[in-house]
Amino acid sequence: MDKLAQLNVGDALPAFSTAPISRLTLALYCGASGDHNPMHVDSDFAKAGGSPDVFAHGMLSMAYLSRLLTQWVPQQQLRDYGVRFVAITQVGDVITCSGTVTALFEEAGERRARLSLQTTNQHGQLKLTGDAVIALS
Amino acid sequence: MIDTSYIGHRLPAFSAEVEMGRLRFFAKAIGQTDPVYTDEAAALAAGYAGLPVPPTFLFCLEMEAPNPGALRELLDIPIAKILHGEQRFTYHAPCHAGDVLTFEQRITDIYAKKGGLLEFIVRQTKVTNQHGQHVADLNGITVVRHG
Repeated sequence: MDKLAQLNVGDALPAFSTAPISRLTLALYCGASGDHNPMHVDSDFAKAGGSPDVFAHGMLSMAYLSRLLTQWVPQQQLRDYGVRFVAITQVGDVITCSGTVTALFEEAGERRARLSLQTTNQHGQLKLTGDAVIALS
Repeated sequence: MIDTSYIGHRLPAFSAEVEMGRLRFFAKAIGQTDPVYTDEAAALAAGYAGLPVPPTFLFCLEMEAPNPGALRELLDIPIAKILHGEQRFTYHAPCHAGDVLTFEQRITDIYAKKGGLLEFIVRQTKVTNQHGQHVADLNGITVVRHG
C-alpha cells in the first residue's frame, strides 16, 4: 500500500458524486436499511407532518460517504467513523463525497490517519460533516 | 419536555442475524458496486471471513429490534418531529454475513437547546457477536423539533 506509506496531512481522498437522489433511491434505501420512517417515502405523510416533501435519510448519505472510505482502504482498516447531519438532503440532490487527511498518529500500536469528510449537494451546500480514523498498517 | 429521568435507561437487548441477501440489497440501495460487498467469493479472496457488514449497516440492524419504535414510545415523541443529528461507529472487530449480533441500547443523555425548541436524545449501543466478542459501539443523537 504505497499510497498509504506516502500519505501526508492535507492529501485528498478521490471524491465522487452520486446520481440525483430519486424517490426510487429513497424507497430502495427504506427497504434495504429497514428504516421505514414514512417521512422519507410517503409525501402525504411528510406534508401532514409539516414538511414540504419527503427528504433523504441522513444514513443514506452516511452510507454514500462510507463508500469514499472503502474505495480508498479495505474496510478492515476502518476504526472509527462519525458524522453530523448539518442540513437536510432533498430529492433531486446530487451528492458529492469528499475528504482529506487531517492527522497522522500512532494509537493502539498502529499507524493511523484521521480524515475530515463531507457531503455537499450540486449547489455546494454542506449536508454532512464527518471524520474517520483508519489504520495505515 | 422529554423526561430526563430516562437518562441511563437501558432498552431490552435483542439479537439480529446478518443475512447475505439483505447485504446485497443494501449494496444496491447505496450504489455500492465493489463486488466485495455482494459476491462472497470476492469477499473471501479479499481476505474477509464472509460478506462484510458495511460500515453503516449496524445502524440498520439496530432497527431490527422487536419494536423499532420503542425509544420513541418510551419518550412519547411523534415520528414526524424527529431528525437524525449525529451518528458514530467505533469498530473493534469485523462482522460478516451469518453473524448473529446482539444490541444493547442505553440512553446516555437528554438535553434541550434554543429554549426547548430542540431536544436531543443521545443513545449508545454496544454490539457483540455470537461468540460474545465486543465488535462495535454506536453513538447516535436524535433531534426532536418542537413548533
